[in-house]
This record gives sequence, structure tokens and C-alpha cells, in this order.
Amino acid sequence: MLLPVSYYIALSAILFTIGALGVLIRRNAIIIFMSVELMLNAGNLAFVTFGRAYGTIGGQIFVFFVMAVAAAEVAVGLALIVAIFETKQSIDIDQMNTMKG
Amino acid sequence: MTPDLILFFGLALVAVAAALGMLFSKNAIYSALFLILNFGAVAIFYLILDAPFIALTQVTVYAGAIMVLFLFVIMLLGAEQTGRTPAAWWLQPLALSLGVILLAEAVYIIYSQHMNFPGMAQVKSNFGSPIVVGEALFNQYLLPFEATSILLLTAMIGAIVLTKRKLR
Repeated sequence: MLLPVSYYIALSAILFTIGALGVLIRRNAIIIFMSVELMLNAGNLAFVTFGRAYGTIGGQIFVFFVMAVAAAEVAVGLALIVAIFETKQSIDIDQMNTMKG
Repeated sequence: MTPDLILFFGLALVAVAAALGMLFSKNAIYSALFLILNFGAVAIFYLILDAPFIALTQVTVYAGAIMVLFLFVIMLLGAEQTGRTPAAWWLQPLALSLGVILLAEAVYIIYSQHMNFPGMAQVKSNFGSPIVVGEALFNQYLLPFEATSILLLTAMIGAIVLTKRKLR
């Protein structure tokens, strides 16, 4: 029923690489944020895979905490993006080149 | 081609295609919708891997709350359309080549170490059920659980403070 561990880990690595490419290539701050979420998701998949492989529930517990932390991070990060948009009227990261608020 | 392989590759194709769609879409709302599709595919992977509680948490929290928050902010800021021309000409090729190198390294490590990976253990039939997860969460992992609750409170306060309008 279950395939070997390496299949799921390979998929996790591919998703992580796509997320990392998203952070590096895109200029829209929200798309960068979504790519970070994709990377976190790839890590979650690896956690669940190895938790299942070793038969411990600890993998899934950690995924639970990663999801809670990701939710908190998204809330604060999006509030930050909205606040930046109020001053700069843009979310293009190439225009965020001064520290002046 | 066993049914397990077909299922895995079909789902993996959907997940990777959705991730690429999120990456290369010019419209931010389409990117968010592609990411929701990716989260759905990964949730089905969690179901395959005997993690039903995590699968439904993924759908509820990630696809149902976090992505809806993203869509709210995208529509609030009117950020659907942005250009993709980079600031310096060498940025995108450099990022692509580094990404390819990372992927090649990961594939190489997986290929050379795949006999050292553990095999899938035998687990009870209620392995990923809420009962088992809850027992571990409230007995062994109680401290991180309480710390996470404080973290969520902090995030809530932070989000409110950041978007508070100054009273004139």
C-alpha cells in the first residue's frame, strides 16, 4: 500500500526547490510569502513520511506545531505587508530599498 | 504499474504542476488558487501516509484559513497584476541555476542513500487518529502546546497593533 520512503522525500525535495525558486525569482511580496508556505509544506510532508516510517506519532505532532507557527507567521506577515502598502503604495520588493518607514 | 504507483505519480504530478503554476502565474489570485490545489494534493498524501488528523488540519488551517487570509490581502491591496522583469539581468538565471543545483543535489542524495532509508513500519490501525495525536499532544508535548498558545496570542496582538489606525 505504501511506497518506499525515498519517493515521498523526493517529492518533498522537489516542492521545496520550487518554493525556494519562488522566493528568489518573484518580486511580489505576497507571492514570496506563498512560496515560503510551500517550503514549509514540503518540510511537513517529509516529517509525516519519516514519522510513518519509524512508526512514531512525533512526526505528526511536529507537523501540528509547524502549522500553528505558520498560521501565526502568516497573520503577522500579512499585517506587515498591509502596513508597508499604506506607506509605499506598492508591494514590489525592488522598491523596498530604504529603511525609512 | 500497481495502483499505488499510479496514485502516487498522479497526485505528485498534480502537486508539482500546481506549485509550478503558483510560481509562474502573473496573476496573484491564480497563484493563490494554485497553492490551494497544491495543499489539497498534499493533504491526500497525508491520508495515504496514515495521518488523517493532519490531513484534515491541513485542509482546514492551511487551505481554509491561511490561503483565505492571503486572498483577502491580495484583493485588499489590488495586487493581482505585477510585472516580472527583474532589477538586474543576471538575477533570474542565477536563481534558476541555483535551484537546479539544489534539486540535483537532493536527487543525488536520495538516489545514493535510498537503501539507508527506513522501511515503512507496521503501525496500529488508529495510528494517526485524533485520539492518538491528542494523547501524545497533551501528555508528552504539553509544554510546546502551551507555548504555541502563547505564540498565537502574541501573533493576534501583533496583527492588531500593526494595522491599528492612529487616532487623530
